[in-house]
Amino acid sequence: MAELGNQQTGLTLRSVSIRLRGRLLLDLDAHVTPGSVLTVMGPSGSGKSTLLAFIGGFLDTAFEAAGTVLIDGQDIGGKTPQERHAGILFQDPLLFPHMSVGQNLLFAIPSEIRMKSERNSIAKSMLADMDLDGCFDHDPARLSGGQKARVALARTLVSKPRALLLDEPFSKLDSALRQQMRLLVLGLAKARALPVVLVTHDPADAEAAGGQLVTID
Amino acid sequence: MLKQEPLFRVARFAPFVVILLLSVPVLAGLLGTLLPAFSYLPALGRDTFSFDAFRAVFVEPNIWRSMLLSLWTGFAATAISVLIAAGVLAAGFGTKGWARLTRLLSPILSVPHAAAAYGLMVLVMPSGFVARLISPELTGWQTPPDILIPNDPWGLALIAGLVAKEVPFLLLLLIAAIGQTDASRNLHIASALGYGRLAGFFHVLWPQLYRQVRFAVFAVLAFSATAVDVAIILGPSAPSTLSVQLVRWMNDPDLAMRFTASAGAVVQLLLVLLLFVLWMGLERVLEFVRKSLEISGMRFAMDGALTASLRFAGWLLTLATLGGLALLALWSIAGLWPFPDAMPESYTLKAWMRALPAVMAPMATTFVLGVTSASMATVMGILCLASRSRSKPASRLFNASLALPLIVPQTAFLFGLQIAAIKSGIGYGMTALVLVHLVFVMPYVFLSLGQAWQALDPRYALVAQALGKSRTQTLLRVELPLLLRPVLTAFAVGFAVSAGLYLPTLLVGAGRLPTITTEAVALASGANRRTIGVYAFLQAVIPFAGFVLAFALPAWLFRNRAGMRAA
Repeated sequence: MAELGNQQTGLTLRSVSIRLRGRLLLDLDAHVTPGSVLTVMGPSGSGKSTLLAFIGGFLDTAFEAAGTVLIDGQDIGGKTPQERHAGILFQDPLLFPHMSVGQNLLFAIPSEIRMKSERNSIAKSMLADMDLDGCFDHDPARLSGGQKARVALARTLVSKPRALLLDEPFSKLDSALRQQMRLLVLGLAKARALPVVLVTHDPADAEAAGGQLVTID
Repeated sequence: MLKQEPLFRVARFAPFVVILLLSVPVLAGLLGTLLPAFSYLPALGRDTFSFDAFRAVFVEPNIWRSMLLSLWTGFAATAISVLIAAGVLAAGFGTKGWARLTRLLSPILSVPHAAAAYGLMVLVMPSGFVARLISPELTGWQTPPDILIPNDPWGLALIAGLVAKEVPFLLLLLIAAIGQTDASRNLHIASALGYGRLAGFFHVLWPQLYRQVRFAVFAVLAFSATAVDVAIILGPSAPSTLSVQLVRWMNDPDLAMRFTASAGAVVQLLLVLLLFVLWMGLERVLEFVRKSLEISGMRFAMDGALTASLRFAGWLLTLATLGGLALLALWSIAGLWPFPDAMPESYTLKAWMRALPAVMAPMATTFVLGVTSASMATVMGILCLASRSRSKPASRLFNASLALPLIVPQTAFLFGLQIAAIKSGIGYGMTALVLVHLVFVMPYVFLSLGQAWQALDPRYALVAQALGKSRTQTLLRVELPLLLRPVLTAFAVGFAVSAGLYLPTLLVGAGRLPTITTEAVALASGANRRTIGVYAFLQAVIPFAGFVLAFALPAWLFRNRAGMRAA
């Protein structure tokens, strides 16, 4: 982490601070290398999710934020959310209920990939990687909780994100499924060399993630 | 500053366009009423101010009785509507039949006032269905009794007609408001403390709910005291309410009567303000009573009979409106139907065959006006909400201009608007009609859309943007499809409002662009019941079609998507 400057890969947070009506919610300097995890822990209502909103570019205007966010050395501060390519997972899968599972993925695949056959095969092979073979035409509402969580992850990954933002993504899963999803998400992030920011109030999440830990209150 | 997408660059101006579209007609109309009221109208060669027109109003025989009638029917209709709406909610909320009753609310709300009034008329008039059902067995009547219903001098039929339409309106808003409170748990706590259902509701929920629907209650007051179409059909006739008298003056071939009409409209505006003050007094008294009961700790636990009768009242109103419409349909195909018989002796399509040729043009006008104004309002609403959700909270000016057409009595600005429309060169055409319909359609469409927009999980849009989609793509491919049902419902609401508008259509169309509503109301004086049946039935069915579309289209499009079923 010694080298500074523009060639640095991963996600960099430089003197990031977020305030609500003058009250300081968080104040942070960190560098997340590709494939590693920054875990932010704190009780609910502590404002830890605002960090993800700030990185993603959709922080509510009620908050005052300062500081710089760099992805692979590039300042993303002036960019719109859609230009940042920061994949986000919430505690609910939030699959678009009006689309099929396959359409959810096709919606997420970047439009630069034009060929219909190529788009289809990307979606299908991603579903296969997630053990969701044959779910392409399914109604997302009819999937199990675990399947929904995996579709949400698949949808984020096919959008070619440059970083992964996790907002308590495991907290609504039951405990057996939770450990499984943790391993899957963190494993895939590592395999794809994605920097991850994980916001949670569950110490087990932090333990599984391994990397740097910031606690706010 | 982030760069703006073209759609959102346009959308930013939408709220200002809406403010102009709402406030210019109302304020210009008010001015156009005020000036002639003080006898100032250079177009007719009057360029000095005087009180002559007001003097002309007050020399009219029975004018005081007309004014009192307007005050009385407006106040009574509002008080009864609020009482029933609150009572039905308190008694019915969370019970088994509740979902069924609430599903019927939107369709009932879409029934135009005039059609509902005719329905009530054929139900309760001396030769109406109720009298037929119980005659001659219970009453001994072989011929219809000689009672003046509707058009009774006390305005009771008028009050009933207004109540039948205002209760569903208030209920719908109350239900939206109760969704934002922790209603069922609050009620459980109250009942655990030993309070009866109604007392618990009155103490725990009502103060929160009333604050949110108070504005609508004032709108109901203004509407009830000034309604023209319902008063023509059900109200007393000699003397009539002030609103009916005003329209008579306005339509007088003698142009000088316009001054009297304008002065009368100003008097009516003052009457509505007086009503507001009276209502605020009533609010204080009731709040004092509620507070005293609150500290007295009285439980009123034995409210079973009252609760049951309130539930019954809810169903009775619903059935009366729907039954009235069914009865109109029956009348339209009735052949010979002598008095005490409950059902016609024979059926015939004669009334339809006679009416259909005449009804085609008004139907087309209704349709074009409704579709144009409702779709314009819906698109405007979407643009406003899409641009607003991410920037500053709703501006006060925007909300105030949406409230304007609901609070200012129609006559007070429509009279002036009719004059302004001619003077500005827009004239009596379709453009002027669409613009004036928009004034009344937009508030309801926005109300309907706004609630749906708030209910949508904002994280869907965040997910779409994080996946790399622009705001425009997010709006078109995620938010609007998810909101398809409420967007179509808002459109249907707008269409229904437009289709039911009487006075604005009559005055700004100057009778040259009749709609099914203006034609139906015109039948009130003495047309035969079969013709009324045809017109009123059509009038009720047209807006209803919008709701069928709002229900059926999403149901078909998303037939394989369990997550898109209606809640």
